[in-house]
Amino acid sequence: MTFASKTLLKRTPLYPIHKALGARLVDFAGWEMPVSFAGVVDEHMSVRQKAGLFDVSHMGEFEVKGHGAEALLQFLTPNDVSRLQDGQAHYSALTTESGCFVDDLLVYRQAENDYLLVVNAANIDKDFAWIEQHRKGDVFLRNVSDDYALMALQGPESMAILSPLTDVDLSGLRYYWFVEGEVLGVKATVSRTGYTGEDGFEIMIAADKAEKVAEELLERGVASGLAPVGLAARDTLRLEAKMALYGNDIDATHSVLEADLGWIIKWQKGDFIGRDALLQQKEQGISRKLIGFEMVDRGIARHAYPVFVNGKSSDIVTSGSFAPFIKKNIGLAYLPADASQEGSELEVEIRGRRARARVVQTPFYKRE
Amino acid sequence: MLPDDCKYSKEHEWVRVDGAKGTVGITDYAQKQLGDVVYVELPEVGTKVGVMEVFGTVESVKAVSELFSPVPGEVVEANQTLMDSPELINSDPYGNAWLIVLKIDDESALDELMDATQYQEYLDKEVEG
Repeated sequence: MTFASKTLLKRTPLYPIHKALGARLVDFAGWEMPVSFAGVVDEHMSVRQKAGLFDVSHMGEFEVKGHGAEALLQFLTPNDVSRLQDGQAHYSALTTESGCFVDDLLVYRQAENDYLLVVNAANIDKDFAWIEQHRKGDVFLRNVSDDYALMALQGPESMAILSPLTDVDLSGLRYYWFVEGEVLGVKATVSRTGYTGEDGFEIMIAADKAEKVAEELLERGVASGLAPVGLAARDTLRLEAKMALYGNDIDATHSVLEADLGWIIKWQKGDFIGRDALLQQKEQGISRKLIGFEMVDRGIARHAYPVFVNGKSSDIVTSGSFAPFIKKNIGLAYLPADASQEGSELEVEIRGRRARARVVQTPFYKRE
Repeated sequence: MLPDDCKYSKEHEWVRVDGAKGTVGITDYAQKQLGDVVYVELPEVGTKVGVMEVFGTVESVKAVSELFSPVPGEVVEANQTLMDSPELINSDPYGNAWLIVLKIDDESALDELMDATQYQEYLDKEVEG
């Protein structure tokens, strides 16, 4: 006798909304997530021109608290946690001994020695184990991922849409700061962060209250052009803004410096995992670097397509797509450092044929 | 409604026969599955394609799909309009977004294809399945 095996996918608190809106749902890192609603291009344009609402509840949230919390995070991440003030967040990474990525993440300082980490959905278990393995002294680590829903309201109309629905002074909220308040009468943490290259907010709400808030937010925002947006447009939006995606552009085999994220390394702050390896790379110079390219010949570069420089095989396309706003076929790839200058040529192998591409300045898109 | 002057393949291509020539496109169901089409690659005129052989590619933002020829023959025309306006495939799959015209080599291949009613039944099953 045989049984059909079916993977049980996890669902976010907003799943009923996705279903009701007729989203196309896919398995993403074990979650049943909306990949698109009205269509990827429309959704992408909504975010660039009006506003879009994303469900990013699949992402992981960890609390790191206790007297040793700051010291632990200083050791685990290259950015300088001690510079964060209460209510401030920054982009950083969990680094390996070789200066590569366990994951990238956001670190929120809620109070002294009281932090919240937001990590990638696919890495929740791995990251938790990594932090736990390095935890020492008086530090409490808790995975609170299932307690919260996280939504991202992104686009130029975000402020106008959210302002009337919250007691938070949004115009006073600076980029990468956050504040506790109410959204539609429900307790929420609102941060001025996002993954689209637009102005916008991320809203963290107790899981059991989120569906009602999201539903009402979508209703109230409709007049301003607010649209629900799925993971496909999230990916094209972040690519246009050249924001790295773990598993594509950054991973355990490429270093923070090679990924062109050297700005998150604060050399003066003291030791952290991978610092020695990174310092050595910095002194000797990196041999390869993540660059943005634009196709010259017809064709769309996709993740994992082979790349050639001067006829020689050179790694793969880490991310590639048609970019709906700039209407170009773009991508990211690691190139030899001496071939990574703007204007340098490369070739991408598309179904057995080599198509020319050229290194361009990034981000591909930058808002006015 | 499905045009009843076309024959349909299980891979969701249609062919409209006119004398010895057949015009080939993808169905409305196929374009909906793909989503926004942003790129089309078609063969050169003169290319020979066998039945159910790959003759081109259509790409949406997120997906790459190969195009299979429902009938064998020689390509006598390829729709150049789609190079600049691939989105026509979403808006007019049975009309202006035809892909290629073939001079059909072997008309018996048409017998293997479905008519509109059969294709509709096939879709009903596929969607249920």
